[in-house]
Amino acid sequence: MATSFAVERAREGDITILKVNGYLDAHTAPQFEKTIQEEFDAGHVRLVVDCAGLTYISSAGLGVFMSFVEDIREAGGDIKLCAIVPAVYQVFEILGFPELFEIVADRQTAVERFRVSAQEA
Amino acid sequence: MESVERTFQLHVPSSTENLAMIREFVGRVGERAGMDTTELTKLELAVDEACANVIEHAYGSDSTREVTVKATVDLDAVQIEIVDTGRGFDPSQVQQLDLDQMISQRKSGGLGMRLIKSLMDEVQYEIVPGQKNELRMVKRLKKKP
Repeated sequence: MATSFAVERAREGDITILKVNGYLDAHTAPQFEKTIQEEFDAGHVRLVVDCAGLTYISSAGLGVFMSFVEDIREAGGDIKLCAIVPAVYQVFEILGFPELFEIVADRQTAVERFRVSAQEA
Repeated sequence: MESVERTFQLHVPSSTENLAMIREFVGRVGERAGMDTTELTKLELAVDEACANVIEHAYGSDSTREVTVKATVDLDAVQIEIVDTGRGFDPSQVQQLDLDQMISQRKSGGLGMRLIKSLMDEVQYEIVPGQKNELRMVKRLKKKP
């Protein structure tokens, strides 16, 4: 019984949408890390992580966000999270993620936040 | 009087592939103890974090080793003991930084321990490196109205 996890990638203009599905734990975190690394290497630094299909996250998954976000922000981008189910949001909240990451209700809002910040810049 | 304490054990190879099985095991034990979904989620996550620490730190990702999860249920609580024979990992030695400091230093170690302490009611360690390391943690059961 291995953990199931998948990431679907899409682009909306210069924004990358990563739709994560399943269980993000110490077994699957390296796959997610590889995906974000590939996006970063390709110069894609405006990332929306759509968590609607994410049913579980442990610290290994949270660690992926933490290890990349500074480099991504320094490159002028950000990681915005959306559509987090309550059980998963609880884990983000315990560690204080809502103060350090932008978490919004849905994908469209996350995309719009990037567009607004681009206009303001 | 008949004892109401029941004990369940799971022995698995030390591989992150088995974390799903470990979560399912403790989830079923918690269900038997009458935990609700929120409490089950917390129990599963705490045990997942502890076992992931054993696999990665105590055993250095050597999948030929074994992790033992022992769960004891009584009327008041679920007690979990996680036993390994790897190099002792003392979580109190992990530097505790604020989340924003960790981000700026690109560090993510120690998050699991923070979660365990938030999710469980009691957490204790007994470390004898190379012989037996044991993490014991307790989740008290909510009293039914």
